[in-house]
Amino acid sequence: MSQTDILVSFQGVQKTYDGENLVVKDLNLDIRRGEFLTLLGPSGSGKTTSLMMLAGFETPTRGDIVLEGRSLAKLPPHKRDIGMVFQNYALFPHMSVEENVGFPLSVRGLSRAEQRERVAKALDMVRLDGMAQRHPAQLSGGQQQRVALARALVFEPKLVLMDEPLGALDKQLREHMQIEIKHIHESLGVTVVYVTHDQSEALTMSDRIAVFNDGMIQQIDAPEAVYESPQNSFVAHFIGESNALHGRIERIEGQDCAVRLEDGAEVRARAVNVAGAGSRTSLSFRPEKVHLAPASELYPNALPAQVRETIYHGDHVRIRLAVAGNEEFMVKMRFRADRPIPRAGERLEISFAIADCLALDPLDKPVRALAEAS
Amino acid sequence: MSIAATGLKAELRRAERARKRRAFLLVLPLLLFLIVTFVIPIGDMLRRSVHDTELAGVWPRVAQQIGDWENRSRLPDEALFAALAADLAESRENRSLATAARRLNYAIDNGRSLVFGTARKLPDSAGSWKQAIIEAEPRWGDVELWGAVAQASGPLTGFYLLQALDLKRTAGGDIVSVPSNQAVYVDILLRTFTVSLVVTLLCLALGFPVAYLLATLPTRLANPLMILVLLPFWTSLLVRTAAWIVLLQEQGLVNEAMIWLGLIDQPVRLIYNRIGVYVAMTHVLLPFMILPLYAVMKGISPAYMRAATSLGASPTRAFVKVYLPLTAPGIAAGALLVFILALGYYITPALVGGAADQMISYFIAFYTSDTVNWGMAAALGAVLLTATLILYALYNRLSGSAGMRVG
Ligand SMILES: Nc1ncnc2c1ncn2[C@@H]1O[C@H](COP(=O)(O)OP(=O)(O)OP(=O)(O)O)[C@@H](O)[C@H]1O
Ligand SMILES: [Mg+2]
Repeated sequence: MSQTDILVSFQGVQKTYDGENLVVKDLNLDIRRGEFLTLLGPSGSGKTTSLMMLAGFETPTRGDIVLEGRSLAKLPPHKRDIGMVFQNYALFPHMSVEENVGFPLSVRGLSRAEQRERVAKALDMVRLDGMAQRHPAQLSGGQQQRVALARALVFEPKLVLMDEPLGALDKQLREHMQIEIKHIHESLGVTVVYVTHDQSEALTMSDRIAVFNDGMIQQIDAPEAVYESPQNSFVAHFIGESNALHGRIERIEGQDCAVRLEDGAEVRARAVNVAGAGSRTSLSFRPEKVHLAPASELYPNALPAQVRETIYHGDHVRIRLAVAGNEEFMVKMRFRADRPIPRAGERLEISFAIADCLALDPLDKPVRALAEAS
Repeated sequence: MSIAATGLKAELRRAERARKRRAFLLVLPLLLFLIVTFVIPIGDMLRRSVHDTELAGVWPRVAQQIGDWENRSRLPDEALFAALAADLAESRENRSLATAARRLNYAIDNGRSLVFGTARKLPDSAGSWKQAIIEAEPRWGDVELWGAVAQASGPLTGFYLLQALDLKRTAGGDIVSVPSNQAVYVDILLRTFTVSLVVTLLCLALGFPVAYLLATLPTRLANPLMILVLLPFWTSLLVRTAAWIVLLQEQGLVNEAMIWLGLIDQPVRLIYNRIGVYVAMTHVLLPFMILPLYAVMKGISPAYMRAATSLGASPTRAFVKVYLPLTAPGIAAGALLVFILALGYYITPALVGGAADQMISYFIAFYTSDTVNWGMAAALGAVLLTATLILYALYNRLSGSAGMRVG
């Protein structure tokens, strides 16, 4: 990646509010020009704080943020030319839609005619052309969201920050707006830094996802990579669904390893993030990558399991199994005429490929609970 | 409509009626309290400002006969003069002459001496009272004088209300301004509004930054500051006013400090003049400005200012264009509260102001307790009330469009 392709870079940034806890610990992050980067992480992981430092409303206690080769340390927020969409939109309630969207233009001293023209264009882009004279209180949540979007884009900033912009909308509207924001991003080519703790939002919208936890970036990658090849247990369990089995490394063989599970069974796994023979590890399995069948050539690993419960989901069935001491081992099964749905209490064998069984750092905290609380 | 439906409606009405009765019973005590302490006194005050039976009370015959005086361009006939003679005789007897004299003195130049003179010179009996009375005091031969007596006989009069506006009705019935050496009340009214306005502006200028600080400071620091703001509420008005007298007098702390600092050579007069009134009233009324402002500012999300700056507005510009308009309801509520409270201020200006700084309430009190002129006191009250309501309506009309409407 050449230097000019990087719009913003966080260089060793730290932030503490109280002088005791680091809310952001050593953040190093390059934001590429034109990309849609999502900061994803549980509540309190420092996403908003990072965004606020970029916007200029908080100052890093250590490190520097560089925008187009220029340090932002001494640049006040109103000179940064960064558009921002706030979680609750922060539309000015005493101004009409037109005045709200025109605000950044009037501040920049554009002529009235030019203001009107650009406001009209921006409102047209978010499909709100008929509403220019209304006040924010007279708009629905989705319409307010669009006004905020138009206002953050109308002055053509190089960079737009969005802090959970869809958090207040219902599911359907949210999915609709996700697509709309994505289209606007594509047509304008503007760089977007987007904060969310909704992983499906991150997966559908982003060019890259930076997964935050504990004030650190756990992994930064394209959505497929973050989902398919999580680099640690936090990412594996925070993004999508994962089952965990715990054990110790027996030996490492190239990119694979042999793992002795707590109940004595041995499986072969992909060694992604392990310390070495003898160390503890957590194996991570995606529910849709586990098969309810004995070992085969494609799926050489097999473990005995007992069905605890089956949960009907329309297009698939979720089966809760007890596997190697884990009573919450979930498997997704598509309907197939030739395969009956197993009943509770039934004993069977599950099998999986080596590449679908990732040996990661030992998992202490229940990540799922963390993700759901956020 | 089916029978079942009518039954349903009736049931609903019955249920509603019970609920309404309960709601009404809940507000009943307050309603009664307000009627007794507010509606009735104000109604009575308004009545007194136009009700005038003082003269009719002591001179009932004149009051009754003067109603029959139809052609008012000619002198009344014998019957009215006879009534006057009888009333004069009777009020001389039961010592109510002074009341009549005082009331007529409001309406007629030298009315007092006219009444006493007539009473003194009146013979015990006369063939024609008309002749006898005019002989005793030739002014009774003046039609205009009788016009004034007719106006003073009540029971309704515009006399007090007109006087409260420095107007009077001539004996001929025209409304004219009183001579400028007698015109005081319009001045007093204007002074009352000026003082209130200046105090409101001072409160706003001093209160706004404090409210802003309170609203933006973390709770840990805001709470002690809030107590300082509320402190004046917890001390008696008299104590606070007395404290200002101590501070502002010529050998007071403020003067001595300024002399010590070399700002002045001679003590300046800070009290018993307009300065004292402004200082003391602003201090007393400041919390009424700060509290509504604080309440409104507390509700303004910091995201608005952040949004404005992120959109490119300098902090000053963001403040003027975004923050200030959002505080408008607080400014409106605080200003209205302070202004209306200031209008009725009485003790503070009476204690720290000079003769030329007394506000309308002072004169209302003067007329009620010193001269027992209820009519005049009530008329001044009515004028103040009306002027306040007009201002309030005007204010709401002007501020309605700016989202500053109160009430
Ligand atoms: N102004 C502040 N003063 C003190 N602590 C703060 C402040 N703002 C945030 N924090 C703390 O910093 C941590 C990170 O907060 P931040 O708002 O960045 O989290 P987040 O990742 O945006 O979470 P969420 O998804 O809930 O918005 C939290 O523990 C929070 O309590
Ligand atoms: Mg946040």
